[in-house]
Amino acid sequence: MNKTVNQKAWLFVIPVFILVAFNAAVPLMTVVNYSFQETFGNNVFTWEGTRWFKQILRSDRFHDALGRQFLFTGIILLIQIPLGIFIALTMPKKGIGVSVCLVLMSMPLLIPWNVVGAMWNIFALPEIGFLGHTLNDLGFDYNFTQQIGDAWFTTVLMDVWHWTSLVVLLSYAGLRSIQPAYYQAAEIDGASRWAVFRHIELPKMKKVLTIAILLRFMDSFMIYTEPFVLTGGGPGNATAFLSIDLVKMALGQFDLGPAAAMSLIYFFIVLLVCWVFYNLMMRNEEQK
Amino acid sequence: MSLELKSVEKKVGQNTHIYSTNLRFEKNSINILLGSTLAGKTTLMQIMAGLDKPTKGEIWFNEKNVTGVAVQKRNVSMVYQQFINYPNFTVFDNIASPLKITGISSDQIKKKVWEVSELLKLSGMLEKKPNELSGGQQQRTALARALIKDSGLILLDEPLANLDFKLREELREELPKLFENRDCIVVYATTEPSDALLIGGNTATIEEGKVIQYGKTIDVYNKPTNLVSARVFSDPPINISDVKKSGDTFSLSQDSVKWKSKDVSLKDGKYKVGIRPHNITTYKEGTNSVEIKGKVLISELSGSESLIHFENSNMNWVSLSNGTHQMNVGQEAKLYMNVDEFMYFDQNNNLVSNV
Repeated sequence: MNKTVNQKAWLFVIPVFILVAFNAAVPLMTVVNYSFQETFGNNVFTWEGTRWFKQILRSDRFHDALGRQFLFTGIILLIQIPLGIFIALTMPKKGIGVSVCLVLMSMPLLIPWNVVGAMWNIFALPEIGFLGHTLNDLGFDYNFTQQIGDAWFTTVLMDVWHWTSLVVLLSYAGLRSIQPAYYQAAEIDGASRWAVFRHIELPKMKKVLTIAILLRFMDSFMIYTEPFVLTGGGPGNATAFLSIDLVKMALGQFDLGPAAAMSLIYFFIVLLVCWVFYNLMMRNEEQK
Repeated sequence: MSLELKSVEKKVGQNTHIYSTNLRFEKNSINILLGSTLAGKTTLMQIMAGLDKPTKGEIWFNEKNVTGVAVQKRNVSMVYQQFINYPNFTVFDNIASPLKITGISSDQIKKKVWEVSELLKLSGMLEKKPNELSGGQQQRTALARALIKDSGLILLDEPLANLDFKLREELREELPKLFENRDCIVVYATTEPSDALLIGGNTATIEEGKVIQYGKTIDVYNKPTNLVSARVFSDPPINISDVKKSGDTFSLSQDSVKWKSKDVSLKDGKYKVGIRPHNITTYKEGTNSVEIKGKVLISELSGSESLIHFENSNMNWVSLSNGTHQMNVGQEAKLYMNVDEFMYFDQNNNLVSNV
C-alpha cells in the first residue's frame, strides 16, 4: 500500500520552535557571536577566531574562579546531602508533626535569593548582626567583610540554611515510599539500625538522591545572587565564584568577547559534569 | 511444638482490629487464615510473629509464654505479598541474610544456600540482583530466605497475591511440598478459597476481626458452622435465599420452586438456604435436582467454565457450570440445582442441616 506523503504536521511544531528559539537559541547564539569577535561601538565587529577562548583558558583569574567554584560546590554537597538525609530520617512519620516539619522545611525554599542574601548580610554583620555580634561576644574574631575564612564560612552556612531543605524533602519522599514490610523483614532478620539504613533505606532512596545531587550541583555551581548580596565576591576576590567573576568581566569591565567565551566554557562545564554524573548513575542502575 | 493464641485481642485507639481469639496450631501443620481484605489476617500474623503486641491475651509457643519476646528472638520467618528482598544484595546474599547474624561458618552458609536454592529452582540466578528477576523468582527468593533458617514458625502473608495466574498456580502446587519434611508450623493467609482447598491442612475463616471457624480445611468447607463462614469460604459468592419448610417440602419464597426435605428432624418454619454457585448448573447433576428459571443478567465464559448471573424472586443468583454455555443477556434461562448439596441455616445464621 502506498502511504500518502503529507508534511503539514510539521506546522504544529512551529509554535514550539519559535518559543525555543527566543528562549534558548537566540540568546545563546548572540553569546556565541560575541565570543568569536571583537566589538567596538556602532556595531562594528572584527573576527577574532578562538582568541578569547585561549585567553580565558590560560588566565589565572579564570582558574582561580573555577577552583573556588568547585571548592564551594564540593563543600556544600558534602554538608547538605548527609545532613539532609539525616534530618529526613529523624523527621516524624505520622501525626501533626509531619505537616509542621514539612512547612518549616519549605520556608527557606520560598524566600527569594536576594532576600536571603540581604538577610544573612544583616544577620552576620559584626557590629549589629545577631550572628556576628554573638560570635564576637563569645571571643571569636569574626568579620566576614574582611576575613576570607569568615566570608567562606558565612556563605556556606547561608547556602546550607537555604537549600538543605530541598535534600530533606526529596529524601523524606523517598523514605516514605518504602513499604513497612521491608522494615519488618529486617526486624525479623535482626538487622541493626545501620544495616537497615545501608541495605534498605539508602538503595531505596538512590533515585531521589541522584536528583537531589544533580539539582544541588547545578544550582550551587551557578550561584550568583546570594553571595553577590552577602559579600559582593569579597573580601578581594575570595568569594568571587564563576558567575560573579563573569558579571564583573562582562558588565564591570565591558570585556564582551572574553566574557562571552567564558560563559560558553562555563556552560559546557555544567553540561559536561551533569552528563557524566547522569551517565554514571544510569550505568550503575543498568548493572543492577 | 505448638503455637497457641489465648484470648488475644488487638485494639488501635477506639477500633477493635482483632476480637478475643483462641487458636491452637499443632506441630507440622499448615494453617490457612481465610478472609477478605482487611478481615484482620495480617494483624493476626504480626501478633503471632511478635512484630505487633496484642492489647490483651497471650501467645504461647512450645508451651512457653512468648507474648513480650522480640521478634528476632522467636525464630520466625515471614513472607509478604510484596516481594521483599534487600535491593542491593545478590540473590545469594539475600538468601544468606537471615544466617549472617547467627554466626555460622561461611562454608555452611554456602551449603545451605545451595540446598535451598535447588529446592526453589533458583540455583541459576544466585549472582543476580532481585530487580533483574521476574516476580515469581523474586518471591521464590523471599521464600528461600524464610526457609533457610529452620524457623519453628513460618508466616506467609498472601504470598501469591501479586503473581500472575500461571506463576501463582505453579508456586501454589509446590508450596505444600516445601514444608512437607520440616519441623515447623506454617501459617498461610489468603483471600482465595481455592488456595485453601488446594493446600489443604487446616483453615480458620476470619471476618471483621473474628475467627469464625477453625478446623480441617475440608470440614470447614463442607460443614460451615454458620453463614459467615460459608460466605468467606465461597468464590464466586454463595447464593443465600429465604426458604420455608412445611411438612416434608421446602419452598423458595415468592416462587414455585419446591423440593423434598430429607432431614426429618428439622421443624417447620423459616430457614435460609446456602447454595454454592457450582451446585446450580445448566445441566442436571446428582440424582436429586430441582429446576429454577430466571432472567440472565450476566453471562461470562472463563476457560472451561461458564458463570451465569440470573434473577429469580427479586434476587440475584450466581451459577457456575462446567463447559461453555453461552447465554444471551435478558433471555429466560432454565437451570438445575443439586438439592443434595444444599446447606440450611436458622434465623440466627447457624448451620442446622446439610443434607
